[in-house]
Amino acid sequence: MNLTEKILAKAAGRKSVEAGENIWVDVDILMTHDVCGPPAIDIFKKQFGQNAPVWDKNRLVIIPDHFIHTNDYYANRNVDLLRKFASEQQLPYYYDVGGEDYKGVCHIALPEEGFTRPGEVLFGTDSHTCNAGAFGQFATGIGNTDAAFIMGTGKLWVKVPETMKFIFEGEIPPYVMAKDLILQIIGDIGVDGATYRTMEFAGDGIMNLDMESRMTMTNMVIEAGGKNGVIEPDEVTYDYVRQRTSAQFEPVFGDTDARYHSVRRYQCEDLLPMVAKPHSPDNKATVEEVAGTELTRAYIGSCTGGKTSDFVAAARILKGKTVKLDTYVVPATTEITRDLKTITIDGQTLWSIFEEAGAKIGDASCAACLGGPPDTFGRLNGQEVCISTTNRNFPGRMGSKQASVYLASPYTVASSAITGKITDPREYLTEGTPMADAV
Amino acid sequence: MSNTIKGKVFVLGDNIDTDQIIPAGHLMYSLEDPEEKKFYGRYALSGVPDEQSGLPDGGIPFTPEDQFESEFDIIVAGRNFGCGSSREHAPFALQQAGVKAVVSPSYARIFYRNAVDGGFVVPIESRGDLTEHFNTGDTAWIDRDNNKMINERTGEEFELLELGEVAHIVDAGGIFEYARQNNMF
Ligand code: SF4
Repeated sequence: MNLTEKILAKAAGRKSVEAGENIWVDVDILMTHDVCGPPAIDIFKKQFGQNAPVWDKNRLVIIPDHFIHTNDYYANRNVDLLRKFASEQQLPYYYDVGGEDYKGVCHIALPEEGFTRPGEVLFGTDSHTCNAGAFGQFATGIGNTDAAFIMGTGKLWVKVPETMKFIFEGEIPPYVMAKDLILQIIGDIGVDGATYRTMEFAGDGIMNLDMESRMTMTNMVIEAGGKNGVIEPDEVTYDYVRQRTSAQFEPVFGDTDARYHSVRRYQCEDLLPMVAKPHSPDNKATVEEVAGTELTRAYIGSCTGGKTSDFVAAARILKGKTVKLDTYVVPATTEITRDLKTITIDGQTLWSIFEEAGAKIGDASCAACLGGPPDTFGRLNGQEVCISTTNRNFPGRMGSKQASVYLASPYTVASSAITGKITDPREYLTEGTPMADAV
Repeated sequence: MSNTIKGKVFVLGDNIDTDQIIPAGHLMYSLEDPEEKKFYGRYALSGVPDEQSGLPDGGIPFTPEDQFESEFDIIVAGRNFGCGSSREHAPFALQQAGVKAVVSPSYARIFYRNAVDGGFVVPIESRGDLTEHFNTGDTAWIDRDNNKMINERTGEEFELLELGEVAHIVDAGGIFEYARQNNMF
């Protein structure tokens, strides 16, 4: 069995499972947020009773993050509904807006709080739940009804997926980021190239990545239709998890004779900075091919492109420069906001580098990654042409359906913000480009 | 439940994602409150770019501005229908607008699962892409017992795929009904 089959077999209490089988699994963690939590809670109450307890309050994690810093009445009401449910059920893992516990984007909050553990099963009412596969966990997105079912029973049926394996060999060039790798793959296989399947990433190119970059890979498997993304856990994984939780976990690994739907190999030295052109994540081009395209906005944020390492990358390029575009910086979580204020490059904090460059810095949340109410920070409200580190560029994704969005790595977005046009990061990344200072 | 679905067809292209089915700015209404949930019908498919809304000509609003229900009952779409986010609001919005079935050569996994587990609309797979064979406004017959679909205007007949193992959940009306029928809780 391969890695995903091994995890699912364990969760089903079986010796083995095969791709294509429908099985019932025990759920380790269920995550929900402010958009899908309230309707899932409604269904849960309707089906199990107004005062029914959830199956295990230590396994339900509720993280409001989507429509947070807005005056929208309905959006705020949704957070009130979560708050009420969390208090009714005495949930220990509810991260309320406005309080000290507030985190921000759920997929980054989950690892920060130690819920992404190797060998376990995580479901979330959000398609990017696949992000957690970077930790060797089976993690996938579900709807409100399925979430309500888990809240009551702790179980769910899944079809065991086939696995597509992507092996990256050799050393990734310094101007290429994980975002470029995943945009390359999605462009190669298409937005439905992995539908119903697992995407497993392997090879020394992947195993040399830090946890944040590994998450950038697994986060976007849904953009190829994938059910889950997964990377075998190693010391890098265990270090991260152990710093965040004392909970015990049992990692599992694929067998050497495991079966795969297909195996694709990439030589890292051939990789280039990539973009996804409007209006689809598989509409790939190299940055070179579209260099010079006029832009009106740059956006650095979201679960896939708003992590600490994404901001370090952008700040390395923006240090001492001024942006030509309206540039928005949105940390995924409050912990990352703190990092912006403490991590320095040549003695200057990331926060100050962005401010001096003329970028606007927002509060931790999903913000304009998914458009949201009209007053959302950074939302595209007209015919903007935006270059963004987010994960989707379907029509209207970041707000207006008249707007166009290019997806790219933080290096490429930062370089383009300086010139106002799509710009190859190699123009700004040189031997002399400063690194972050050691802490 | 009758196994024939007859209705007016709305035609859409490939990769209709959930932001086009129900834009994020409209996800906050209650799915329970009878007055509020009507808005899902109002804004269903409002994120589709105008020129692609109602093929082949486009420019046809799915739900007219002052209405909460659409006059269309069946969606005939290109491949990978429902890709993007996991929002169950998407099949729900289609149901609220009055849609009975979607016919597409392939679906994104989460949309398919939500449509079935929540009992909102029946996601039917066609053998091949049927969008060239229908105009928005045509009347279609779907015969689920015989897995066939007919275009009344042209008389053409098309093969649909079996629902397979999820048919039990569809017929039960969703995952809860299915689980109860099978004494799972
Ligand atoms: S940051 Fe964007 S992709 Fe990530 S959870 Fe929020 S809306 Fe979804």
